[in-house]
Amino acid sequence: MTATIRDFARGTATTTPIEQVYVGRRRRRRRRVIAIAALGTATALLAAAMLMLGGTIYSPSEVLRVIAGQNVPGASFTVGVLRLPRTVTGLLAGVAFGVAGTTFQRMLRNPLASPDVIGISSGASAAAILSLVVLGWDQTPTMLFALMAGILTAGAIYLAARGGESAGGRLVLIGIGIGAMLESVVSYLLLRANQWDLLTAARWLSGSLNGASWDQAGPLGVAVVVLLPVVIALSRDLSVLELGDASATALGVRVGRVRLTLVLSAVALACFATATTGPIAFVAFLAGPIATRITGAGGSPVLPAALTGGCLVLAADLLGQYAFDTRFPVGVITGILGAPYLLYLLIRTSRRGGSS
Amino acid sequence: MTQAATPVRPRASSPAVGARRRVVVILVAVVAIMASVVLSLAFGSRPVTIEQITQGLGAWLHGVTPRDIGAIAVQQRIPRTVLAIVAGAALALSGALMQAVTRNPIADPGILGVNTGAALFVVCGIAFFGISTPFEFLGLALVGAILVAVLVYFVGSVGAGGATPIKLALAGAATTAALSSLVAAILLPRADLMNQVRFWQVGGVGGANWATMAAITPVLVVAAALALAHGPALNALALGDDVAVGLGVHVGRTRIVAAACGVTLCAAVTSVAGPIGFVGLMVPHVVRLLAGTDQRWLLPVSALGGAVLLTLADTIGRVVGYPSEVEAGVVTAFLGAPVLVVIARRTRIRAL
Repeated sequence: MTATIRDFARGTATTTPIEQVYVGRRRRRRRRVIAIAALGTATALLAAAMLMLGGTIYSPSEVLRVIAGQNVPGASFTVGVLRLPRTVTGLLAGVAFGVAGTTFQRMLRNPLASPDVIGISSGASAAAILSLVVLGWDQTPTMLFALMAGILTAGAIYLAARGGESAGGRLVLIGIGIGAMLESVVSYLLLRANQWDLLTAARWLSGSLNGASWDQAGPLGVAVVVLLPVVIALSRDLSVLELGDASATALGVRVGRVRLTLVLSAVALACFATATTGPIAFVAFLAGPIATRITGAGGSPVLPAALTGGCLVLAADLLGQYAFDTRFPVGVITGILGAPYLLYLLIRTSRRGGSS
Repeated sequence: MTQAATPVRPRASSPAVGARRRVVVILVAVVAIMASVVLSLAFGSRPVTIEQITQGLGAWLHGVTPRDIGAIAVQQRIPRTVLAIVAGAALALSGALMQAVTRNPIADPGILGVNTGAALFVVCGIAFFGISTPFEFLGLALVGAILVAVLVYFVGSVGAGGATPIKLALAGAATTAALSSLVAAILLPRADLMNQVRFWQVGGVGGANWATMAAITPVLVVAAALALAHGPALNALALGDDVAVGLGVHVGRTRIVAAACGVTLCAAVTSVAGPIGFVGLMVPHVVRLLAGTDQRWLLPVSALGGAVLLTLADTIGRVVGYPSEVEAGVVTAFLGAPVLVVIARRTRIRAL
């Protein structure tokens, strides 16, 4: 028992059980740090690609000069007015969807219970389209309206699913049903809207970054900057909540208050992002599971999920913009790529006879 | 062990529904259909009098156009009323069949993604092959619906416990999302098609015309007759596969025929009315409460109930959306979601 930490690192220590725990913990922590760094790098590279690529390809120095506020002929408009808001909006939406999804999944201890699957995004989507397309409101009141609708939807689903055994599975089933109802509202409002055009339709049916502007990115940015630290600060409590309410209370977590804060933050993030870009399919659902596969188990899921969400949206938007003859909105790409992964997850979970 | 310790607990789905009650239920359903037809003819963007309704109907029967504008309005509402009756009956029968075959309370063509499958194939046909006749629509819708139904059921039934409600619903939701993305991907480069396929987003009977109805009627009649003929075999199936085999029922064949009929009915309706959800989910559950679980009664009474429901939904849509209209598919979604909540609360749902 005289081995030092350095011996463990060299692998020269004779391994007793307690030493194996230390080694394992170090290994997991190192993997996690490397994975988060890799995710961060990937996000930065994708953002850079979003800024540099396009009809005209600009060099990194030109892009940096535009960001620094200098006037670069041509690039100032293309990068500063078109590509930068699009990149920032995509990144913010991805982060918001990723954090909201993983928070719901962890808190309800059900990998299926992300806000886009259980209908909360549909509620926000219906409210946003009513306010923007039919009533012609501005971005900020629209986002607040969408938030109210999202909270109402979440409350309705919670009340309808409350009580009795296997409430988790019932919550998902009821959420899917209420989501289907709200989707029909979205389609109906789109059919009735005067400004029926491809851009609006694509945005509200599958989510899109086309036409992103600073006006839209601003309110979403404020929401992410305020709410992301809240969720990260509570992520330790979130991990404890996964052990069950009784254990969490015993470990000193104020279960009621923490849960309410987390639910409201997650619903707000999902609703704000939906009101800005439309419901980008499957990002909220997939960011958490993909992040866990990359970082390994343990540790807070929030930051990896946020980065994964950003990566997913930016990568899908790059694919949608440049990989095909037609420019497809980001949600079409995530929908086509994400659904097979969901089916795969479903089959794999069923095969294992897994719980939750 | 004393005998008193084994009380016989009455089952919720007790088949003890007498023949008399069934006759009453059927009579009520028939009266309800007639009432909903009158309502459907009477309400719309132009209010009409009873006199105008009889006048319009009489003129229609004699194949002439009436002079009175109210009577003309009534005549205009005849095709959509007929389509609502036919489509509602077919959808409810389809739902009852799928629930019987899968022994799953939430089996419904909309939730299982079958509608979207039909929509995707029809959109592909319009975009890539320039199809335009009702028969081509019907054929493609059928192929798409059957392929997607098989896929969703396969994915939903992998693993322990078979096709649980939650797994089926999720597999359906995922498939629907993927297929609607594909539909969007096909439509976006072809802006001119957007208007043509607009009605695939929301189902309704407003676009009814006799030519398309004539195209699907033979298919509907054959599928419905086959389905009703399999009522006794489906009863045996409800007792479990072993008992059914013991009773001399071809289990596999019955399943395949009944499922094929269910998918066909729903796909044929989808090819003329667009995706209308929740009818197949709601009606059989209500009918089971009223007329019992005997499939020989459940199937035909469900068809009658579906006709009433969709005709009323279409009428409600015209009243609520006055002077325009709300598509019947939106109305059924609003009526159906609360019913799904009730079903989900009553049924034991196994988590995935």
